[in-house]
Amino acid sequence: MELRGVSKSFGPQHVLDNIDLKVQRSRNTVIIGRSGTGKSVLLRHIVGLLRPDHGEVYVEGKRIDTLGERALVPIRRQISFVFQLNALFDSMTVVENVGFPMRENTAQRVSKKRIQELASKCLHLVGLEGFENKRPAELSGGERKRVALARAIAMDPPPKVILYDEPTAGLDPQRSDVINKLIRQLQEQVQVTGIIVTHDMRSTMEVGDRVLMLWNGQFIVDGTPEEVMRAKEAHVRRFVEGAGEPTDLVTWTR
Amino acid sequence: MPRNNVLAQSVAAIGSGATHGLTHFGRFWAFTAYAASFIPLELITLRGWRRFLPQCYSIGTRSTPVIMLTGMFIGMVLIVQGWAQFDAAGFTDRLGAIVITSVCLELGPVLAGVMLAGRAGGALTAELGTMNVTEQLLALRSMGADPIRYLVTPRFLACVVLAPLLTCYADLMGSLGAFLVFVAVYGGEAEPFWFYVRETVQLWDLGSGLAKSVFFGGAIGLVSCYNGFHCKPGAQGVGQACTQSFVVSFILILVLDLFLGFLLNGLYEVWFGFRPLI
Repeated sequence: MELRGVSKSFGPQHVLDNIDLKVQRSRNTVIIGRSGTGKSVLLRHIVGLLRPDHGEVYVEGKRIDTLGERALVPIRRQISFVFQLNALFDSMTVVENVGFPMRENTAQRVSKKRIQELASKCLHLVGLEGFENKRPAELSGGERKRVALARAIAMDPPPKVILYDEPTAGLDPQRSDVINKLIRQLQEQVQVTGIIVTHDMRSTMEVGDRVLMLWNGQFIVDGTPEEVMRAKEAHVRRFVEGAGEPTDLVTWTR
Repeated sequence: MPRNNVLAQSVAAIGSGATHGLTHFGRFWAFTAYAASFIPLELITLRGWRRFLPQCYSIGTRSTPVIMLTGMFIGMVLIVQGWAQFDAAGFTDRLGAIVITSVCLELGPVLAGVMLAGRAGGALTAELGTMNVTEQLLALRSMGADPIRYLVTPRFLACVVLAPLLTCYADLMGSLGAFLVFVAVYGGEAEPFWFYVRETVQLWDLGSGLAKSVFFGGAIGLVSCYNGFHCKPGAQGVGQACTQSFVVSFILILVLDLFLGFLLNGLYEVWFGFRPLI
């Protein structure tokens, strides 16, 4: 997967500025950065949900930013996306949500029994056995996040790429640890290429093979998790240490 | 503020409004054509029917009671309003025929359309708008499913197919309501009532009303789905889209009714000549 010179603006707001990114196959690439810096926007370019104002996006050597919706279908069926807001379908039960990508993949017919088995297995993996017939509205935020993750991995065969948008947001530390281990397992055992957008530095250290930080529309660091933790660049230092920027601090005066 | 600035800003505002309106107009027709292009595919696949039939239930079956009630009361009210005048002229026997012709030609399809726009149209916009703001439409796209084929085409088809059926219910209840008031309240006689109804109300009247309702149903389905897909973010955006759906659908029903009225009346006169009702 590759982004070449990708720029994107929304009105006067420049979100991505001439981004170059080559994603390594079967590795986990973590993109960190402050809220609102364009991490989710970047992720959406990879699966063609957004088109760049300038630049090119390649998946498996094929340029996708100029393809129509129908031409993108076979590419999207190899990529799973865990949305920040989970994006579960309210009208379906949990097991119907998890089995949806398999049911809709008409290129590879999967039997109902197999869909049910795989969906239940994936729910078990994320610690939600017994939740099959509940609806998203009945779940907590953390439970919805886990259903979204189960939906992303419930494909036969497994997806080649999984895009994770804040996969541990809203989860307690123990559940977050389970999710981190699952992400790592998918990469090591099934060779899934992972692109993870997160604020969670602990998660970054556990799942990341490569870490990049987005600041003002550009990458200001690119290295292993250990290299990023030792980086001398001021914005990176403050981010990994959890310290606010000087311009963020507001003095209240009476 | 200098006069030039006010004038320039007014012109700019008109231009911006016109551009915005034309953009939406073009986008709406592209949306319509795209949704309609999936109709044959949806009808020949089992999955398509599995998406279509639940929409028939929620749009059609669940709207039936309120549309029947509306039709019934319209028929009743028209008899109430017309009785005194027709009685004074000595034509009470023909009142039922005039009322039922009006219900079949105009009031049945229009009021069924308005009730459908309010009940089902608002619900469609709310459902799709909520899916839009919670990224469910993006999730569908990311999984290789076409949101328009998956969500819009079944709903549009259900509105087009069911609007005439609901209009039939409105016409039926309008007729029965008119008869009930004619006989039970004003003491009219049943036999002349139905005699003149048989003599006056033609298949053309019923057919015209049903033909109009097809267009009304299509307009309601497309406008509601389009507004849901293009609503602004947040609960306020969804709410505004629902209101807009009803208002635009209502205006479209009135405009379509006018033009279809001209067309159908013109066709009748060309093919059959003038028809006196009294």
